[in-house]
Amino acid sequence: MTALVPLLATLPLLGAAIALIAGRHRRVQVGVSIVTLSLVLIIAAVLLYVVDTGGQPLAVSVGGWPVPFGIVLYVDRLAALLVVVSSIVLLAVLLFSVGQGAADGDDETPVSIFHPSYLILAAGIFTAFIAGDLFNLYVGFEILLVASYVLITLGSTESRIRTGVVYIVVSLVSSILFLAAIAMIYGALGTVNMAQISERMAELPPDTQLLLHLMLLLAFSIKAAVFPLSFWLPDSYPTAPAPVTAVFAGLLTKVGVYALIRTETQLFSDSDVNVLLMIVALATMIVGVLGAVAQAELKRILSFTLVSHVGYMVFGLAIATPAAIGATIYYMVHHIVVQTTLFLAIGLVERRAGSTSILRVKGLMRAAPVIALLYFIPAINLGGLPPFSGFIGKYALFDAAAQVGTPIMMVLIVGGIVTSLLTLYALMRAWNLSFWREEDDSTETESRISYLGSAPAAGIKTERRVIPLIMTTTTAGMVAVTIALTVFAGPLYDLCARIGDSLLEPVTLTQLQDEVGQ
Amino acid sequence: MTVSLVLIVIMAALFACGVYAMLERSLTRVLIGFLLLGNAANLLLLVVMGDPGAAPFYGTEGATSDPLPQALTLTAIVITFAVSAFLLALIYRSWQLGQADTFTDDEADIAVRERALAHEAAMDAEAEFLRDDAVTDFVGVDTAPITVLGSRDFSGIVDDAPSDRPASRRPPADGGDPS
Repeated sequence: MTALVPLLATLPLLGAAIALIAGRHRRVQVGVSIVTLSLVLIIAAVLLYVVDTGGQPLAVSVGGWPVPFGIVLYVDRLAALLVVVSSIVLLAVLLFSVGQGAADGDDETPVSIFHPSYLILAAGIFTAFIAGDLFNLYVGFEILLVASYVLITLGSTESRIRTGVVYIVVSLVSSILFLAAIAMIYGALGTVNMAQISERMAELPPDTQLLLHLMLLLAFSIKAAVFPLSFWLPDSYPTAPAPVTAVFAGLLTKVGVYALIRTETQLFSDSDVNVLLMIVALATMIVGVLGAVAQAELKRILSFTLVSHVGYMVFGLAIATPAAIGATIYYMVHHIVVQTTLFLAIGLVERRAGSTSILRVKGLMRAAPVIALLYFIPAINLGGLPPFSGFIGKYALFDAAAQVGTPIMMVLIVGGIVTSLLTLYALMRAWNLSFWREEDDSTETESRISYLGSAPAAGIKTERRVIPLIMTTTTAGMVAVTIALTVFAGPLYDLCARIGDSLLEPVTLTQLQDEVGQ
Repeated sequence: MTVSLVLIVIMAALFACGVYAMLERSLTRVLIGFLLLGNAANLLLLVVMGDPGAAPFYGTEGATSDPLPQALTLTAIVITFAVSAFLLALIYRSWQLGQADTFTDDEADIAVRERALAHEAAMDAEAEFLRDDAVTDFVGVDTAPITVLGSRDFSGIVDDAPSDRPASRRPPADGGDPS
């Protein structure tokens, strides 16, 4: 079984190489990308089953080096679950973009670059999830970031270059911080292996621990878009092509959250910054969602809600009980799927209505009832209405917090509920204006929302285009996945709870050595 | 373990200069800042490697130094190299598009500023200050900073690839030069 583990990282890279060589043959590229990601999905599902039933994580020492020195790939339940979810999302967005590319005749985007970059992005994400040492995590981050630089500036139009620069410079700074943190950890502990770090960390003086802890938190918080380090996200995501934004919103910040989970549970199980994390989580939730309320453009609204909902995950981490960690992981899975689905639905709206401004678009309910449904279901899911998975995740988080029961927990629960309601308000206002409002609506509504008129991109207009069937089908498929998260919430939540339990007893070095047979 | 003070001082200076340069609006300076930061991080990896003076990775006698940070540094150098190549391409594209390699305000910034201006005349001074006029480091360079030798002329004159010149500054067509 361990032979399957390196394939998660190498298959997408191999696919990227083939796709690059086949740059002139679009069908070959599409075929290679779909086959690669499907294979990864199957392998990840097998690994998840093996790891979950066996109860033992899988570890592979790459190149046969002894364990604390060489690169270790490490698949536990958390890594396997996240690889499964992210490969589902990557596959769906790929199908969506194939549909879009086929309809547009590929004259706008240089598609020969898109597929290789997309597969390299996938390889980076998977590498980060299965990394067993900090430096390999850094390399995984860099692989996915470099691919994302290419994807976010795809087509190199003026606006994409401008926003791409923000994204790239911010990512570079966070990478340098991460590298410096790794160097300092190596200086203090003499290892970069995560299992060994967690064993040795307790021997350090508390202030050194705190310094290293904060360095890592800073680097990961930029990637995860935690307030106040989230300023770059709502600025840079909306200009990218719709499928790219969808996959970025779903996955890239979650890789940062994943790194935060590892930091809090495995590396620094003794060092305690939970109060700081709670304050930051509250600020992330509230500030993010207030940003969403002030926007008049659907992609920007969603980018701001993305920031605010990262706050829930940081909140879960700050509670730091097994139940809370389990709830965080369930919420993370829910959010990856729902956020991606919403961005795909907005991609459909943009093509159908020729704009994503909620002031311009109207009457979609009558004109395109299917799109309206595909927007409505994930929107109320994200807003946290029962019975959907957003409600289950939030309820589990609040329940875990209430069990701790300190006053600051109560404040955070109230903050979380307010955030949830405001998210619902922002998304439902978009629903009322763009879908529910009739095409020949009187000016009365417009005078009531005139304060939104000066918001950025309020009047932007793009070209109306036909929507190929495959785009609608893919989005519908993703909506079905969000509903499946609700229907199969029981087994999935049990799995997340098991992850939460196992994460708080991190694997030791000897276990890791036994696992790779040394 | 003893640590070379010189290395630490140089590293600190590189970090400081790198951060300072990255705060500029000009993308070329941001690139320079990034290179300085990258080298500073590599120096930090060298500092944590251990006592100076040991044999680099293989010695028959005496202490050998720790090879792992060397491997980490090499990887980091390669990554920095690749990213700077990408940044250079990005800067060049930015220059092609707008004859500027600076970062401009985004529409949200401008909207916020305009809203504030509408309400408060006192904001004028600051808004004036923010409107940065220096758009490029290549002052007085009319053509692209990177020149491509034309096939026609090697007699001392270089010409640019046609796409290097932004449309507004392209000289008027003289008799339909097909190149």
